[in-house]
Amino acid sequence: MITLAFTLNGAPATVEIDPADRLLDVLRERLGLTGTKEGCGEGECGACTVWLDGLPVNSCLVPAYQVRGARVHTVESLDPAALEPLLVHGATQCGACTPGVAMTACWIVGHPEILASHSLRELLAGNLCRCTGYDGIVAGVQAALDAGARA
Amino acid sequence: MHRREGLAKLTGRERYVDDLPLDDFLWGATVRSPASRGRVTAVRFGRGIDWSQFVVVDSQDLPGPNEILLIERDQPVLAAGYVRHVHEPVLLLAHRDRVALRRAVAAVTIEVAPEPAALDFRVPPRPEQIQYGADNVLKHLRIEKGDVERALATAPVVVEGVYETGAQEHVYLEPQGMIAHMDGDVLVVRGSMQCPYYVVKALTHALNRDEQHVRVVQTPTGGGFGGKEEYPSTIALHAALLALKSGRPVKLVYDRTEDMAATTKRHPARVRHRTGVTRDGKLVAQDIEVVMDGGAYVTLSPVVLSRGIIHAAGPYACEHVRIDGRAMFTNAVPFGAFRGFGAPQTHFAGERHMDVVAHRLGIDPAELRRRNLLRDGERTATGQVVNDGTDRVAVLERALALADYDKKRAANKAGGTTRRGIGIATFHHGAGFTGSGEVMLSSRVDVAGLPDGRIEVLSANIEMGQGTITVFTALAAARLGLTPDDVVVAEADTARVPNSGPTVASRTSMVVGRLVERACDDLRRRVNTGGRGKGEGLKRAIMDWHRAHPGGRLVGSATYERPPGIAWDDHTYTGDAYGAFAWAAYIAEVEVDLRTYTTRVTDFVAVQEIGKVLHETFARGQVQGGVAQGIGWALLEDCKWQDGAMANAQLTNYLIPTTEDLPPIRVAFLENPYPHGAQGAKGLGELPIDGPAPAVLNAVADALGVEPTTIPLTPERLMEIAERGARNAEQRRQ
Ligand code: FES
Ligand code: FES
Repeated sequence: MITLAFTLNGAPATVEIDPADRLLDVLRERLGLTGTKEGCGEGECGACTVWLDGLPVNSCLVPAYQVRGARVHTVESLDPAALEPLLVHGATQCGACTPGVAMTACWIVGHPEILASHSLRELLAGNLCRCTGYDGIVAGVQAALDAGARA
Repeated sequence: MHRREGLAKLTGRERYVDDLPLDDFLWGATVRSPASRGRVTAVRFGRGIDWSQFVVVDSQDLPGPNEILLIERDQPVLAAGYVRHVHEPVLLLAHRDRVALRRAVAAVTIEVAPEPAALDFRVPPRPEQIQYGADNVLKHLRIEKGDVERALATAPVVVEGVYETGAQEHVYLEPQGMIAHMDGDVLVVRGSMQCPYYVVKALTHALNRDEQHVRVVQTPTGGGFGGKEEYPSTIALHAALLALKSGRPVKLVYDRTEDMAATTKRHPARVRHRTGVTRDGKLVAQDIEVVMDGGAYVTLSPVVLSRGIIHAAGPYACEHVRIDGRAMFTNAVPFGAFRGFGAPQTHFAGERHMDVVAHRLGIDPAELRRRNLLRDGERTATGQVVNDGTDRVAVLERALALADYDKKRAANKAGGTTRRGIGIATFHHGAGFTGSGEVMLSSRVDVAGLPDGRIEVLSANIEMGQGTITVFTALAAARLGLTPDDVVVAEADTARVPNSGPTVASRTSMVVGRLVERACDDLRRRVNTGGRGKGEGLKRAIMDWHRAHPGGRLVGSATYERPPGIAWDDHTYTGDAYGAFAWAAYIAEVEVDLRTYTTRVTDFVAVQEIGKVLHETFARGQVQGGVAQGIGWALLEDCKWQDGAMANAQLTNYLIPTTEDLPPIRVAFLENPYPHGAQGAKGLGELPIDGPAPAVLNAVADALGVEPTTIPLTPERLMEIAERGARNAEQRRQ
């Protein structure tokens, strides 16, 4: 076991980990933050998306020891009010992909300048959803962006 | 009203089975057969592992019959010395440490003396491959109307075609899982599932317990699509066996690869059509042969086959129809329930074939459909008189207009290295259980009045994303004049909720929702509101009742009643197969890249008549999600098989659509209320998976002037067809 110190959702965190642990395991099993989901465990589905130093990553692909000293944000850190447009537009059905979608969505809303070079659909392509056909997700993120632009 | 549990899902607060806090528990795991068929000659526990630290369960540990109770009893809970498919469960292990458990699973060797396996359902089995009955036929069903042979013999034109569809993996984003533990002398199983009472039945049977000593609780279910209809019973039994043997809670959660490799998929199918038509395109005879791959046990194949053949002739009027269906035993991992339940396979064949017929006759595919769609008063293949007042041609016209079909069809197909095409599918889907199924289920729903004046809806129908909680809340609130916050929907816990049947067959809103309404009415009668029938008056009356009956339970109930005038004969396969059909016309536009032979869907229009839209956002979401799944099945989702095992059991190489693989899906609804559905609703959940695959392939046919017959239509497959087509055209010119 090794000791890992990092910043989790804005607060300092220290946890004993197995060197083989993935960031996903540390969050879910050792810290009890079960909002982050495992959909595939191999970097394909995006259900495990968190922000690492401000950028979305698949936490199932990140060896936990690599986040030493880094900033990690999980779905638990999101402001529920910011998620309202996703709710309204039907961006969630079964919810298994949803925390990952929410992390990507809120990241896009926080970085609207990226839309100058990338379409919403491109930016969301790393989050698999088997329920919605994506239209509800795209509409929800667009509405969140519009609300952000108005604010 | 927004999704009741939506914010919990968006913020990660919703707890799925793998998220539940659990103390002092063991992880469970399954050791599986490496071979397709044969006698288990040895089970070897590898060296270097202290096996005394592990709980080990095999078929000897079953307290009751080693059978997973479903339609038949042929499937063992754990193989007892003989395996019939690769990945068949043989042994269960449990341990406190998940990593040690994984090592242990890998250290067990199961030796099988191989016997000849039947692995291709399309070819007749050789004698040494026969393992079920005299011919490996799991189920044979037949529908007959009129005299097909005579009609074909005199038909001006006869068009034949053979169509094949591949297996499809559900890819619900939450893999399957269960937790089992003892609560006193009650076995409690929690997990991801669609049918809590199926699990109860399976547990009581194989574990030899009565219903009082088994409790099943559904946890929020991260997608099902049929994949969590029958399979959860197996995982529940496995977790329960480990918990019973160890005396500790056991958590058995599959990872993605195990889930893809070992659980059910959509039945592969081959459908042959022989169709007689007049020169102006009127159907005079449909001779249809359906063969499905059932896999190594009966499971649900007979009913999947049944729904498949009932839909096989499409929403068309034809006097002479014969549909012959067989589900075949093979040594494949058993195929199972998947959204659409056999109908997507037969609709794919039927709708692709309609375009082949249209091309042969030189009639526009839309016009061919216009001429044949059922008019009120006409009869389906089973002889069901359709008389619901829906104008099915109008459904088609609406889709044609939205898609700008005429203009696009006429447009130039060529454009450098791309070709564009547009394709239609018109189809129907029967909602609820087939034939007498709903009567046999005899579902019940309770609605309780609580001491604080709120009401609680109690049913075994579960939320898996389709919106059950919200829809039941809305139905009850509307019926009783309450606000949504006055309505609680109970957790699907079999210790508390009555058996309202499984959450399958597009029945939850239509059939069970109607029971919710009737149970609400019954509750009103029971509180004897004396004029204060609804809303605040009702709440006060409920509170008064509780004051007068301290500690009492105030419950309204409703049990399914067959709508009048419905009759079905299971022996002749004639009559009213379903209380109601939803009707649809879908149109896909595609662009094919001639350099790579990739097909992109560039526009999709989905128009359907579903009785009544109960929740606009949810209904649209169901359609868009179903269409996405259908487009994936048509173009991307390719199960690769190696000796009966799925060789690509990972999301890295079994591809499902991403945002970039799909166009915006344009959805429109028509409403023609069905008197026996909640607020007039008909079932919707499955309908949208029936149409996309044929619409997309018909569009490819339009784009390239070829007749693809098999899905998934991968680039490799399309290249072969296109180049063969080009060669043939070349030969014709010479
Ligand atoms: S679980 Fe990490 S990408 Fe799927
Ligand atoms: S909501 Fe179910 S997978 Fe996206």
